[in-house]
Amino acid sequence: MTQATYNGLLNLAAGAFLLAAVMIVWRREIQATVKLLAWQGLALAAIPLTEGIYQDDGALILVGVVVLLLRAVVLPLLLARAVGTEAHERRESAPLVNTTTSLLITAGLTILAYAVTRPIIALDPSPATRAVPAAFAVILIAVFLMVSRRRAVSQAVGFMMLDNGIAATAFLITAGVPFIVELGASLDVLFAVLVLGLLTGHMRRTFGDTDLDQLSELRG
Amino acid sequence: MSFFLLVPILAPLAAAALAAALGWRRLTSFVTVLAALLILISSAVLGFNTGSGARFAIGNLLRADALTVTMLIVIGTVGTLATWAGVGYIDAELVHGHTDRKGANLYGVLVPIFLAAMALAVLANNIGVMWVAIEATTVATAFLVGHRRTRAALEATWKYVVICSVGIALAFLGTVLLYFASLHAGASSGDALNIDVLLAQGNQLDPAVTRLAAGLLLLGYGTKAGLVPFHTWLADAHSQAPAPVSALMSGVLLSVAFSVLLRVKSVVDLAVGIGFLRTGLLIVGLLTLLIAALLLVVQTDFKRMLAYSSMENMGLVAVAAAAGTRLAIAALLLHVLAHGIAKTLVFLGSGQLQAAHRSTRISDVTGVLARSRIIGVTFLVGLAVLLGLPPFAMFASELSISRALADANLGWALGAALLFVVIAFAAIVRNGSRMILGPPDPGSPAITVPRSVAGALVTGVILSVALGLTVGPLLELFQTAATLLGGTQ
Repeated sequence: MTQATYNGLLNLAAGAFLLAAVMIVWRREIQATVKLLAWQGLALAAIPLTEGIYQDDGALILVGVVVLLLRAVVLPLLLARAVGTEAHERRESAPLVNTTTSLLITAGLTILAYAVTRPIIALDPSPATRAVPAAFAVILIAVFLMVSRRRAVSQAVGFMMLDNGIAATAFLITAGVPFIVELGASLDVLFAVLVLGLLTGHMRRTFGDTDLDQLSELRG
Repeated sequence: MSFFLLVPILAPLAAAALAAALGWRRLTSFVTVLAALLILISSAVLGFNTGSGARFAIGNLLRADALTVTMLIVIGTVGTLATWAGVGYIDAELVHGHTDRKGANLYGVLVPIFLAAMALAVLANNIGVMWVAIEATTVATAFLVGHRRTRAALEATWKYVVICSVGIALAFLGTVLLYFASLHAGASSGDALNIDVLLAQGNQLDPAVTRLAAGLLLLGYGTKAGLVPFHTWLADAHSQAPAPVSALMSGVLLSVAFSVLLRVKSVVDLAVGIGFLRTGLLIVGLLTLLIAALLLVVQTDFKRMLAYSSMENMGLVAVAAAAGTRLAIAALLLHVLAHGIAKTLVFLGSGQLQAAHRSTRISDVTGVLARSRIIGVTFLVGLAVLLGLPPFAMFASELSISRALADANLGWALGAALLFVVIAFAAIVRNGSRMILGPPDPGSPAITVPRSVAGALVTGVILSVALGLTVGPLLELFQTAATLLGGTQ
């Protein structure tokens, strides 16, 4: 792989990664957002795969394959199952902020991400770190998504996006974090699915559905 | 010696395995108490052997210094009291039908895992491993908060999981950035996050990236420590969890998360000077104090009142850490220990009140002292400690924190903090005296106290009084820890 192809692929992956986040803000149907999350997982996996092939690093390629399976296939399927069991008419999530404003805020957050990450690029101006602003933008957008959506499943989508953004940052700036922390990151995913999955199951049995508006007994 | 670094992690894990195999029984519950006691014993052994240096085990994976020993003492003491009381508490819940066999078994397994995770968080030499341990505490406690499976308990669990996951994710991002900075300062990829390596080359870390990392770590671990802006899970989780778990979360988990911040601070201060995290800690500390004081004034629920009192104390601890002098950090550690024991007393007491009244409203509870000598006295002692009244230990710690703030030329912060503490004081005195003193309402239910809860409460009262009378050998330990953490003066 030539330097130019490597740069091009890396930028393409980072761009697709950010685009998926913006699309998730734009689309309101939960099922569509879960599908987009799978595409985002694919873009995320492309980062370690590209770097692994460019550097001829077998371990990194392996990590990329695992990420591909986990974030583009397994996790979205599990989330889709949580959505799929809900009543049909309840799939629409009513956001607290309307779509136009949300997209404008997303644009603002992306600019903010570029400002915040300047020290990282200054310390190590490589093609990989130059893509870090896209990953940071996804992190900020994910936090915004979590505070502006009401359904429990939408919050789970936001959390997974946050996780994706952090994983992308880790891949871009360190070419993989030490083994022990990778372990933690995978535990994080496991936990997200176990706890979130169990809770949406439990909560649906107790509350009927998972609209967070109903979660208002504890105040003050 | 490395054996004693392993005991605090392995003993509770063994207790958890036993509980998983045999279920909730007298035997397994007391093995958990024994495991907590072993944490305390190991901390004593380590305390006498580490001195002012650090000890390592399993390569460089585990590390114990004076701060580790201090935090292990807090975990061991509160852990022993809470698990001891838990024996009678869960049996009573089973009798009254608040929980079932399955719930009790889950409690029996998760509580020791929770203890092991906290021990690992303070013993780890690697900031990445610390992060994994703090995350493990979230997983273990999520199901404990939802123990009663009511709507309110599930709501609290959901908020706890979502907010703490975001916090823990931000902390991870901060850890990754710190790793990036450490690599570029010349560390090898295997030990770039080791505390000893970071401390040795702290002044070579890139300041701009380290600032970004420090901000994220402050937000992330601040979430687990109950600090602004992600503090909103705290009152819900503390009020819904079973009383022994509330005691553990409030008395230990908050301060364990904060101790990780103290470690991070000692590294970050080397790279960017003390000004950056001082400003950050002052902002979150004072805002936490303000919010806690205001919410204490309008509180009508006694378990939530205790939760906001924890937030108030963590705010004060953050302000003390901002001062960062040797006196401030030594006082902060004493504050954390005294607060842990006192919070255990009042949360365990409030568990019995909740069981008797089937309610946690302050207005439902009157004349506790006249109805139950032991719960009344426990509450009085616990609240007196928390209010910072002499002769108890938090009087000394708050006085020292004030002096340290004045010495550090942070008079304005001291003034603001004192104002909020006084507001909180008045609110707690008003509500506490209504509940405990005075004649009971006719028709108040009888308060029953299981034997193991009574044992834990009496021991806790004795410890609180003893700690108020003399700090003894702990003083030297706290001062050593303060020096290690970069406290000057």
